Amino acid sequence: MFDFRTRSGLEYQNLFDRVHIVGDLDEGAPLRWGNDNRIFKPWYSRLLGRIGSAQVGPFYLGATGVASILFGFIAFEIIGLNMFASVGWDPIQFVRQLPWLGLQPPAPSYGLHIPPLNQGGWWLMAGFFLTTAIILWWVRVYRRARALGMGTHVAWAFASAIWLYLVDGFLRPLLMGSWSEGVPFGIFPHLDWTAALSIRYGNLYYDPFHMLSIVFLYGSTLLFAMHGGTILATGRYWSEREIELATDRGTAVERGAIFWRWVMGFNANFESIHRWAWWFAVLCTLTGGIGILLTGTVVDNWYLWGVKHGIAPQYPAIYGPIPDPGRLAGLPR
Amino acid sequence: MSAWLAAPFRPVALLLGVVAGSLREHLRLVLLTGAALVCALIAIGLLFTLQRPPIDSVQTGYRGTGMITHSYPRQVAAYLPFNQVDAAMPAVPPSGKPASAVYKNIKVLGDVDSNELLRLMSAMTNWVAPKAGCAFCHSVNNMADDSVYTKQIARRMIQMTRAINGDWREHVGSGGVTCGTCHRGHGIPAGAWTSAPEPSAGLAEVNVGKDRPAPIAGLTSLPYDPLSPFLLGAKQIRVEGTTPLPAGNHRSINETEQTYALMIHFAESLGVGCSFCHNTREFRSWSQGTPHRLVAWNGLLMVRTLNRDFMAPLDTVFPHALLGVTGDSPKVSCLTCHNGAYKPFYGASNLSSYGELAAAPASTGAAR
Repeated sequence: MFDFRTRSGLEYQNLFDRVHIVGDLDEGAPLRWGNDNRIFKPWYSRLLGRIGSAQVGPFYLGATGVASILFGFIAFEIIGLNMFASVGWDPIQFVRQLPWLGLQPPAPSYGLHIPPLNQGGWWLMAGFFLTTAIILWWVRVYRRARALGMGTHVAWAFASAIWLYLVDGFLRPLLMGSWSEGVPFGIFPHLDWTAALSIRYGNLYYDPFHMLSIVFLYGSTLLFAMHGGTILATGRYWSEREIELATDRGTAVERGAIFWRWVMGFNANFESIHRWAWWFAVLCTLTGGIGILLTGTVVDNWYLWGVKHGIAPQYPAIYGPIPDPGRLAGLPR
Repeated sequence: MSAWLAAPFRPVALLLGVVAGSLREHLRLVLLTGAALVCALIAIGLLFTLQRPPIDSVQTGYRGTGMITHSYPRQVAAYLPFNQVDAAMPAVPPSGKPASAVYKNIKVLGDVDSNELLRLMSAMTNWVAPKAGCAFCHSVNNMADDSVYTKQIARRMIQMTRAINGDWREHVGSGGVTCGTCHRGHGIPAGAWTSAPEPSAGLAEVNVGKDRPAPIAGLTSLPYDPLSPFLLGAKQIRVEGTTPLPAGNHRSINETEQTYALMIHFAESLGVGCSFCHNTREFRSWSQGTPHRLVAWNGLLMVRTLNRDFMAPLDTVFPHALLGVTGDSPKVSCLTCHNGAYKPFYGASNLSSYGELAAAPASTGAAR
């Protein structure tokens, strides 16, 4: 097959060649007034060079970054020490039971009042510090992008994830009038919360915003694989020169585009694929957050809501109607 | 602009630098060790998670609803020896005299034929104390003596067995239960439970009733004592909203987790999944589920009644060492009878050979 690069003596210049550049270390673009200096001498790592940029550092700390790490560390400590206390300060049990350990929100009886520390107050405090840390990091992401003269797309995508986090732990509990609705900290505890939320509110799968969120979640992975795969697959036709190819379509574009039309009927172009991917990722948490915010506040049973609006199919009751024995016995439903 | 703000953190930055420096020297080692650890953890996880084929599947609901109960023939084969109902003792010719006319201090089985009483006593020995023999309950010098605490409990347990077979046919069916259904050769049946202590707290919240490995709830971090509220207390399991839009149901996520944990106990005790009883798209719907759920519903009421009427009051009879941390007596759960089978002994029963346990003259007639 005809190969540009072989013919032009540029065979090594291909996405498939893992180039490990060793030369002068790059200090990065000059920073304007108002920025801290980057710290530490950068160095090369052969191992990291195999999967990414071989150069590590220099690092930029900055006020928001340092403050974010500090607040995050406090939250981490509050959660970790509460977990440690829950196993009687036994380091072995702490390690063994770590996935199960958690820090729970206050009991429903506290509503939106501030509970004593050992009744959920630590949870509230950890939530405050973690939220502050995350928002400070968002500010850092935004300001670093601006400092480099970049757009702020990454910051807004991050904001979408923060939206879901805030809905789960802050906004929905606020609307429900009880901190107890918030998510516990902990590996298994927060997963149990997720399952219990779905059971309590009649199956989240019937929540249309949950449906959308799943579409965008799985869609994101699909787009990621399709884009990465297509660019790698057309690498020998210089597909990585995406900007030029967006306006001046070359053979890489044409091959990739025809391929997409063959396998799925429609193709993005070299510019729009990145917008597709960005929106899929952003909408995943954006719609997910809406779905959770409506749960319990506006809808109490998503399955019954689905029946009401004709989205839940009816199956034959193969055992015939089974009356509720609780109702026969006079129990509350 | 922000340099003055970051200044106090310079020492932290320097410390980070030292850490980063040593990390840099051993980066390959650190990364490879980490990768090896992760791989080992995943391998161990898979080893204890996966079942290799064959898998038997039984459809329990309308097609497409995922209502399928799986079982693993190898696992069932391993369980079978522990779920074999014992051969009934050979029948004895009646003496023609009631036990109360032959023996002293017969309070429960007085109207049973005296020969039949001896036969039942032998069977009970096999069921409850095959090693200790008669002396497990009786003072061997004077069999009529009530001084051994186990005898008082055994008497109450005979009444309980009769109550189960008489009052709770909706759960145990005509097959009923014998002492052997729960005991299986042990003085205290496997699956007996005691209540967890009340939540406690110091400066930190040290015990919230969950967030540690909960064997009763399938090793999740869900509430680790979901039995006390439901199988002793009368807490309602029903947490789910019953209307599409909010209409005053304020059951919390925490209560939902308690129900969830109890349901895991049901499923694990019976060796089944949720869909044995439920169509999981709508847990609360009875008509979308299976009739098994009615049996389970009666089972919940049965166990609650048994614990209240029979087990809990025995806390004054049991020796201190056998009581729970809150001083409560060992109690009945689903697991005590089922032992991992959807029906105890997979439906086999020898109750018909011990008619005196089936009759319910001493039934408490407990309110349901």
